[in-house]
Amino acid sequence: MARAVSSRAKVGYTVAAWIVALLIFFPILYTIITSLKSEQEAIAGFDLIPSFTLESFRAVQTQNDYWKPFTNSVILSIGSTLLALVVAIPAAWAMAFSPTKRTKDILMWMLSTKMMPAVAVLVPIYLIFLRTGLMDTRIGLTVMLMLINLPIVVWMLYTYFREIPGEILEAARMDGATLRDEIIHVLTPMAIPGIASTLLLNVILAWNEAFWTIQLTTTNAAPLSAFIASFSSPQGLFWAKLSAASVLAIAPILILGWFSQKQLVRGLTFGAVK
Amino acid sequence: MATRQTASLARLMRAPAIILLLIWMIVPLGMTLYYSFLNYNLLNPAGTSWAGWFNYRYFYTDPAFFDAIRNTLVLVLGVLVITVVGGIAIALLIDKPIWGQGIVRILIISPFFVMPPVAALIWKNMIMHPSYGVFADIAKFFGAQPVDWFAQFPLTSIIIIVAWQWLPFATLILLTALQSLDGEQMEAAEMDGAGALSRFIHLTLPHMARAITVVILIQTIFLLGIYAEILVTTNGGPGNASTNLTYLIYRAARLNFDIGGAAAGGIIAVILANLVAIFLMRAVGKNLD
Amino acid sequence: MGRITLENVTKRFGDVEVIPPLNLDINDGEFVVFVGPSGCGKSTLLRLIAGLEDTSGGRILIDGQDATATPPAKRGLAMVFQSYALYPHMSVRKNIAFPMRMAGVPQDEQDRRIEAAAKALNLTNYLDRKPGQLSGGQRQRVAIGRAIVREPSAFLFDEPLSNLDAALRVGMRLEISELHNRLDTTMIYVTHDQVEAMTMADKIVVLQAGRIEQVGSPMELYRAPKNLFVAGFIGSPKMNLIEGPTAAEFGATTIGVRPEHIAVSGTEGRWKGRIGVSEHLGSDTFFYVEDTGLAETITVRAGGNIDLHHGDTVWLTPDIAEMHRFDARGDRIA
Repeated sequence: MARAVSSRAKVGYTVAAWIVALLIFFPILYTIITSLKSEQEAIAGFDLIPSFTLESFRAVQTQNDYWKPFTNSVILSIGSTLLALVVAIPAAWAMAFSPTKRTKDILMWMLSTKMMPAVAVLVPIYLIFLRTGLMDTRIGLTVMLMLINLPIVVWMLYTYFREIPGEILEAARMDGATLRDEIIHVLTPMAIPGIASTLLLNVILAWNEAFWTIQLTTTNAAPLSAFIASFSSPQGLFWAKLSAASVLAIAPILILGWFSQKQLVRGLTFGAVK
Repeated sequence: MATRQTASLARLMRAPAIILLLIWMIVPLGMTLYYSFLNYNLLNPAGTSWAGWFNYRYFYTDPAFFDAIRNTLVLVLGVLVITVVGGIAIALLIDKPIWGQGIVRILIISPFFVMPPVAALIWKNMIMHPSYGVFADIAKFFGAQPVDWFAQFPLTSIIIIVAWQWLPFATLILLTALQSLDGEQMEAAEMDGAGALSRFIHLTLPHMARAITVVILIQTIFLLGIYAEILVTTNGGPGNASTNLTYLIYRAARLNFDIGGAAAGGIIAVILANLVAIFLMRAVGKNLD
Repeated sequence: MGRITLENVTKRFGDVEVIPPLNLDINDGEFVVFVGPSGCGKSTLLRLIAGLEDTSGGRILIDGQDATATPPAKRGLAMVFQSYALYPHMSVRKNIAFPMRMAGVPQDEQDRRIEAAAKALNLTNYLDRKPGQLSGGQRQRVAIGRAIVREPSAFLFDEPLSNLDAALRVGMRLEISELHNRLDTTMIYVTHDQVEAMTMADKIVVLQAGRIEQVGSPMELYRAPKNLFVAGFIGSPKMNLIEGPTAAEFGATTIGVRPEHIAVSGTEGRWKGRIGVSEHLGSDTFFYVEDTGLAETITVRAGGNIDLHHGDTVWLTPDIAEMHRFDARGDRIA
């Protein structure tokens, strides 16, 4: 809006927006608060001021071996993303800069694989993993996460690459650049922001994946999503420790997520909304 | 770049992604289709035999199947209504000039980055727990009897949790669409004497129509596959009260070891998802040209 | 040296022939403007010369050497694009240096040429900025700077001014003309704007549907358009074209009279009409005269001090010596 708004209206909007925002954020906030309480405090009723003890964080790490699933999450999300990029960058590149009549159909078809419900292939994937010894291995799950996110990765990269104007590549050619110069000095520097955004979003998606990680792991390869899901059974943690584990599981990705709001819209709508 | 040499290089560059996805799509789906016509139980693999349409007929006569279909639809629709209506309202609000807009955005978007099991556990233990949850604290404060959410309103509880996770997504996308609305167009309408409400109905809503469609379709794809939230909170119960199709198939495959039955359910899920997918592809495809 | 010869050059996209066999000679040091309406193939022709498109037939000779199959980088030409096509991640200095870096020019020579180009183009203070921080006119200059430092045998300009506002366009037009005077290098310039063509060119090539309608100096085209298309395209405001019995009086199917070759009077003259719109520019006045029975409106240019207005009845007298006559095929009758 190019117009000045009365400051009274602005105060009203601000108050309303902050109330909504805090309500939505409240469950996360309360979990953070609870993670800083002792177990007694945690079940003592509603209280927004914790005693700021770190005992729950310490307990989660010593009693439940938190670092193993954390390491698994890091390896799986980053590994599957890098693997997807290795396959997707050349493909998206080719489709953006050397399109054929069928490029659009291929992209749509790739998108359609993303629409296949995971549960539809649960049975064969589960059996394949059982029989090939991939069950509960990081390598198996890495490939799995790579495959389910590959369409999004190709699409995101494609929409970014397509924004690199063809005239710039032609200018480089006129300026005497060879194909190699063109890739090193012109294309790569211009493509890197798009690749970085894609990487960021895909790490988030892989980190939060909670169907295959739960189905295909037990202990060795279980990432945080499977680790946390195991607390649903009654022998789980107490309130403060559960909160501490939750905070540790979501904190890294929450922070990454804040940096990737724009890319999120683009990535998850396949470029339909920018 | 349209020389012959680059064209064959391009083919080579595309191939790995296409082949991988082709295998990923055809092999498991083909196996699912095949299994769906077998009597195949992991507890008794020796007794495997051709079943014909038995698995499908079994699903069709199982009351749990219809419960699951109904629950799936209620879950999807419930979440869609809450997120789209709420998303439009919140997007309109934070598009207004406010102090601290950046922080407000960050707070609102945050639930989307919470992994499903954590989201479910937070709500189950911190918010909706009948003795220690915040809702119970509020009820006690007013002297009311706390509600045992997951026992009394299992499906509603799950809808609330999932809606909380997806509301940020809807808000963010609708906000993005809203911000691309032409300010001059709005001012022109104001000059033409259109009030705030009619500007919203005749300009804002049509402008956001595409984004709303995209939100609905993409969320539907994900909502049809809701799983971890149910696993962590209600385990599909009580009875089948919060079992959706995904969870039903999971139960058949992993708890009853009924490979044939689960596969038949999987095929049904594919058909359901495809109905939605067709619409989504059309909406997204238009953007390609 | 920058002598460019096109011999029977053709271009097809699939089954569509965009450029039928075309012959053209461009002499060293000449400023040649390709002009025509959008879709006439002028940009395609430029890109064929640049090597950014493959020819479907014919030969392109640069300084007598067959360059038809030579990749763009090896043709020794520099191009300024409509969108400027600056490298967004490089500073102005690096943008200008890029072609020299590719050619392996020694660093001190690079610096020398950059300084010289920056000075000539008023970019000295902006060398360390990124293109995103520059105005449209400055970006344009960077694109030109990048072309100059290569010391090419010819410059190619693809509608370089179309993204600038009117005032800037006039300024840049002058700068490019000055540049040509100073460097004396062949320049090929594509535009749809006949004013740019008239003001800058040594030689104008008027194109329509891939065919050359006429080649000549601006004044040749103005004085003796070969056909109706060129007559209507060159000159502003447009030439008045009159058909019917009035044209037959002069032994033509169509006659053309430029607005500046019609005398206007409030009292007497050859054709009677009524002033519709009048535009008083100060230096000139343009009248759009209606109800003459000749054509829908007749445009007339008069002096700045004439006192005639909307609704006045006027008499128009064409300068017969400056009249153009065309036959039924639209070709000029000599």
